Amino acid sequence: MFFFLMFLALTYNTEQQLPQRDQRAQLANPAVAAGKRIWENNNCIGCHTLLGEGAYFAPELGNVYKRRGPEFIKAWIKAQPTGTPGRRQMPDFHLSDKDLDDLVAFLKYASEINTANWPPNIEG
Amino acid sequence: MKYKSQAVAKPYFIGAMVLFVAQILFGLIMGLQYVVGDFLFPHIPFNVARMVHTNTLIVWLLMGFMGSAYYLVPEESERELYSPKLALIMFWVFLVAAGLTVIGYLSVPYATLAKITGNELLPTMGREFLEQPTITKMGIVVVALAFLFNVGMTFLKGRKTAITSVMLLGLTGLAVFFLFSFYNPDNLVRDKFYWWWVVHLWVEGVWELILGSMLAFVLIKITGVDREVIEKWLYVIITLTLVTGIIGTGHHYFWIGAPEYWQWFGSVFSALEPIPFFAMTVFAFNMVNRRRREHPNRAATLWALGTGVMSFLGAGVWGFLHTLAPVNYYTHGTQITAAHGHMAFYGAYVMVVITMISYTMPLMRGRVANSNSAQVLEMWGFWLMTIAMVFITLFLTAAGILQVWLQRVSPTPMGFMAVQDQVSLFYWLREGTGVLFLIGLLLYLGSFFKGGKAAA
Repeated sequence: MFFFLMFLALTYNTEQQLPQRDQRAQLANPAVAAGKRIWENNNCIGCHTLLGEGAYFAPELGNVYKRRGPEFIKAWIKAQPTGTPGRRQMPDFHLSDKDLDDLVAFLKYASEINTANWPPNIEG
Repeated sequence: MKYKSQAVAKPYFIGAMVLFVAQILFGLIMGLQYVVGDFLFPHIPFNVARMVHTNTLIVWLLMGFMGSAYYLVPEESERELYSPKLALIMFWVFLVAAGLTVIGYLSVPYATLAKITGNELLPTMGREFLEQPTITKMGIVVVALAFLFNVGMTFLKGRKTAITSVMLLGLTGLAVFFLFSFYNPDNLVRDKFYWWWVVHLWVEGVWELILGSMLAFVLIKITGVDREVIEKWLYVIITLTLVTGIIGTGHHYFWIGAPEYWQWFGSVFSALEPIPFFAMTVFAFNMVNRRRREHPNRAATLWALGTGVMSFLGAGVWGFLHTLAPVNYYTHGTQITAAHGHMAFYGAYVMVVITMISYTMPLMRGRVANSNSAQVLEMWGFWLMTIAMVFITLFLTAAGILQVWLQRVSPTPMGFMAVQDQVSLFYWLREGTGVLFLIGLLLYLGSFFKGGKAAA
């Protein structure tokens, strides 16, 4: 019981500190929340990690905005699947240009969260 | 079997085993996709196979817990189950909901499933392990509440023991923390922070209480050791679990945007998390060594001991391996995590559910224990599955160490996909041991159909 209360106290303190770390100002841009929906509705987490959480089948995307930049991300998604024999395939999710812009806004937001310097390098 | 109504556990256990087979088959599909990337593409993309693999696991373990509670609570409470009919109805509701969800995953793109189930009204989908449509989640809540009501009433009206109290506490916690799956803020940090209140507080919190009480129940039955001794152990184990496990949640808060002090809290408390698991190992062996009877169901004894050892190795040792923040900085989100996840789930939860099934199924089929030949087959299943899981874990650990080195430690880090090519040998080995696991599972299931004279 003591430890549960301590956990709640730490959670309260975390909530107090988060505004300095979690880039919540960016949520004022509706594209970020819309992009998070695109992320969720296509189950991106089923192959990729985001801030290290998810599946380990495809690259980390928490810092992909910094690694690749917005135009590369959009072009890459549009080019899927590659159809290269034997290579891991990403489905065609039929995203519109607006969907892609929203998704990129979400990934930009994710890349700017203060993650205590994780990942160790740009490769994720 | 002392009370007729305990038999409602049987459909739950059978349903659990059917889903277990599905889980392993989809695991093999994913394992092959790791090395033959376009296998079954575009019919079953990796993310779909993974949802089926993890979601069927969760559902069959929940069915196993429920079946176990339906068996154990009446026996401990010394009365019939409050409503066997409600338990049976809920079984079918649960099975049909799980079946429809899996069919949904496999038959339409996930985005379409989100659309037709009205995800935009209350978006909860698309988060790891909580991929189920919102309506399925609501179904789970209904089933869980009906279940809690049913075993709760049985508990309240009957004899109260430490085992049922701990189990009820665990099951109530399970239902309460699941409610956080409906909380999905746009703020990614807060989304992840509270997502762990379901995932971590389940598997490293309340599920451990359920595990402890199930193990204690079976140990009382097969060893004949005094209840007072076993209950004392149970209290010690659950206290250790709650002391270490709750703040141990912090080991998930290192790199997701939470304040940096979590690196200290998370590291220190989660480094202590192996202690309750070690206590469980000592507990199982101690009780079996001090047994006052030779129970004819030797297979159940083996599973109980196996749970003690493998949960400590998988959850305790493999968890500790990457739980300290300076280590986790490099291992976070790699095959090391996958290695730990596989052995921990098998060693703790899969094995304890099978322990319970192994002990109760013969009783529900009208005998104290299965025939000698059936038990031998069951033990073959035990050893094949367990050894296969040890090697799956070792191969994934090897892949993980290489991955961490090539991608994160090396002065010239390689990209993710290039590293995956480098470690493919270990993925092939893992797939091979996965096939061995399936053979073990089939032998285990075969033991249910093996006749012969009941052992005494």
